[in-house]
Amino acid sequence: MPADGYLERLKRDGRIVVVGASLAGLRAAETLRTEGFAGTLTMVGDEPYEPYDRPPLSKGVLLGRTTPDHTALPRRTALEADWRLGTAATGLDMAAKRVRLADGEEVEYDRLLITTGVRARPWPHEGEAGLDGVFVLRTRDDATALHKRLVDGPRRVLVIGAGFTGSEIASACRERDIPVTVAERGAAPLVGALGGVVGAVAAELQREHGVDLRTGVMVTGLEGDSAGRVRAAHLSDGSSVEPDIVVVALGATRNTEWLAGSGLGAGPRGIACDAGCRAFDIRGIVTDDIFVAGDVARSPHPLFGYQFLSLEHWGNAVSQAETAAHNMLCASVDRRPHMWVPAFWSSQFGVNIKSVGVPSMGTELLISQGSLAERRFVGVYGYQDRVIGAVTFDQARWLPFYEHLIETTAPFPPSFPTVDRRPEGARSVPAEFPDPSVPTHGPTVTLSGYSPADRRMTFTPGRH
Amino acid sequence: MTQGSLLRQILRYENRHDPYPLYAELRKTPVLNEDDAYVVSTYREVLTLLHDPRVSSDTRNMTRSAGIDLQDQQDPQDQQEGEATLPPSFIRLDPPEHDRLRRLTNTSFGPPHEPHRVHEMRGELGAIVSDLIGGIDGTGRIDLVGQFSYPFPVTVICRLLGVPREDESRFHGWADTLAASLDPMPGEDPTERNRAFQQARTELGMYLAGLIEERRRNPQKDMLSELATLNGPDGSMSTMELLSTAALLLVAGHETTVNLITNGMLTLLRNPQVLERLRADPDLSVPLVEELLRFEPPVQLVPNRTTLADIEIAGATIPKGASLWLVVAAANRDPLRFEDPDRFDPDREDVRHLGFGSGVHSCFGAPLARLEAQIALSELARRLVNPRLLEDPPEYRSNAVLRGPRHLPIACDDIRP
Repeated sequence: MPADGYLERLKRDGRIVVVGASLAGLRAAETLRTEGFAGTLTMVGDEPYEPYDRPPLSKGVLLGRTTPDHTALPRRTALEADWRLGTAATGLDMAAKRVRLADGEEVEYDRLLITTGVRARPWPHEGEAGLDGVFVLRTRDDATALHKRLVDGPRRVLVIGAGFTGSEIASACRERDIPVTVAERGAAPLVGALGGVVGAVAAELQREHGVDLRTGVMVTGLEGDSAGRVRAAHLSDGSSVEPDIVVVALGATRNTEWLAGSGLGAGPRGIACDAGCRAFDIRGIVTDDIFVAGDVARSPHPLFGYQFLSLEHWGNAVSQAETAAHNMLCASVDRRPHMWVPAFWSSQFGVNIKSVGVPSMGTELLISQGSLAERRFVGVYGYQDRVIGAVTFDQARWLPFYEHLIETTAPFPPSFPTVDRRPEGARSVPAEFPDPSVPTHGPTVTLSGYSPADRRMTFTPGRH
Repeated sequence: MTQGSLLRQILRYENRHDPYPLYAELRKTPVLNEDDAYVVSTYREVLTLLHDPRVSSDTRNMTRSAGIDLQDQQDPQDQQEGEATLPPSFIRLDPPEHDRLRRLTNTSFGPPHEPHRVHEMRGELGAIVSDLIGGIDGTGRIDLVGQFSYPFPVTVICRLLGVPREDESRFHGWADTLAASLDPMPGEDPTERNRAFQQARTELGMYLAGLIEERRRNPQKDMLSELATLNGPDGSMSTMELLSTAALLLVAGHETTVNLITNGMLTLLRNPQVLERLRADPDLSVPLVEELLRFEPPVQLVPNRTTLADIEIAGATIPKGASLWLVVAAANRDPLRFEDPDRFDPDREDVRHLGFGSGVHSCFGAPLARLEAQIALSELARRLVNPRLLEDPPEYRSNAVLRGPRHLPIACDDIRP
């Protein structure tokens, strides 16, 4: 405890502002309260809704199994807070410790937590993006609008981008028996996150479920009719598709524009923070009153060479939010590092896909259990002779074991026998990740930045 | 040691009523090598091994048998597997065979194919419970096992499989004999017991085979009909596979549920303030049953796993082919994992117990067992007026693996309608 009792005063009657009222913001706020913060808590969110859960939006909501307004996140505790929903934060004055809001108001803080997350990357051509029938899927409003149009029974849906979100949308369309075309710049669906070998399995899965999958192509333009409704999409191979709905699933953009010029180390790749979730300023000096968590954060991970990881993962958002909140109320020695091992899941075409670690760092792949042909398998990714990631198709119960291998930097390929080892598990193969300089929909784990041991520093201003 | 190894002490009948102090001793050595068995008792290590793909459930991979006689502790079905005509059920198989059979069985039991099967049995379970309690004479000594917890799960399995009502009593008879073989009485002639077991098993098998044939021709909405007429991406089940699966559902779903309910009532009678709360609030049964599965799990240990490779864990090496025993009941009381682990506390927020195991072999019937226990305990709490234990501890069955009272004598003032 500092001699001046600052933390005690902060806990008793300090002011904490959380900007970003989604999963990470909510879980952080709850943690702040359960760890004894009794002061003023302000929750700022640009959407008009109380915190809700996003994974169902591309699954159950599109299938009509649940409605968008039934996705509110369960509350762990009754949360006393001043909610500023529907009001985006527009600026930050680090010196005056003030957050500017879209309605012109300013909120002062003693400690600030930024959990502004990401938004769907829009179709780059503004005029085409504005055509009726062109959607993205990130928010509850997006899901409501898209679901409504799916119910109307479109003739064909075009999904641009076969990452996890795009693939889940295509899966929902097929389950609704709607014809769907998927256009993917890479060689296969999920290729950025899981590599070409596993991507090929995902491609088979899509085609078998009747998806018109086009890989290695770009959508070069969308065309509207006289009423401004989308009617055609032109592809780089010269072909065209005639959808009445287009869903743009080209990954995410980090919500950091509001921090431009604030002096905080925020840019298109997110907000850099230390392992304790404290934000860096643009000078590379760590702040002591601004914390970051969730999709917008980039933090160094000791397991992965201290590279800065940005993770768009549900579990990461929860874990990092809890760590950030804990650290906001702590003296230095009591702080905890955020050392979550990356993990995510997806369900598509009747298959449960789960992953741990960072498969996209892997160069080699070993199918240690099951078989690719049966689409039930465990794939282990190797990087520099160690296990760096794993993926399962309908074999998720084994994952904790592989997570342990990753945590203990176990050698790759694993030398021991397991149950359900097949001939293809005898040796590893190249994992076939695309050249990172070739753009795809992008993996949900990205590596960037420099290790703390690296003294060089490059600052690139944000290009929005 | 005069008392013999810890393992032998745990198996000894005198310790059946309270093995927990021995489990605490066991946890001092997370991986204990005794009597050629490797006994793992701490939460983290048990959980880790339940998810380790180097651990096999197929005893054909075991090359170093334990030097301890588990003859009376195991499901006799296992012991006779070698000579029996039925193929091993999925509890004794590894992937991919395990996965295939379990998937096939699940198509008639749970999501995604039958998401409502268990939920829709709620009304029927309530009716069976109500009838059983209604049949109890509340004025004298009640044996809760014989009069309630024992007949309840067999009836449920009959309804689930689709055994016609008129055949239920025959089915109960076979189930009794099979269960008795798990609980040898002192001084009983093992040859006679074995003969009775074999006869019951054969008769039950023939009965089920006939019923399967009948359901193939004339499918109903029950599980046996669905399993008999399966034809999906995983193919179908042969009659032998189906018989073996049905026998597994009967044995694994019966004794365990009896013990869950009996242990539950015993625990409630030892904690009258919780019983009182349950009477006022039947919804308490949900967290209460979870805590019960931690506190008094019906399956105390998983004794039949083996290792496909040397496994290093907790500073020890379990060699390939070893006989591996995972003591889930000890793990459930690991103070490193659960605060104040020897206290029964239905309000515990973090109760991720291993009562149903974990990993690919985690209890298939868990959703049904949960519902059975929740309904049974909340109804007993509601209807028995001032219930009390007549013997504490009660007399236990001899089985150390599937541990529970043989009888639970109780009394009450009245039985509410």
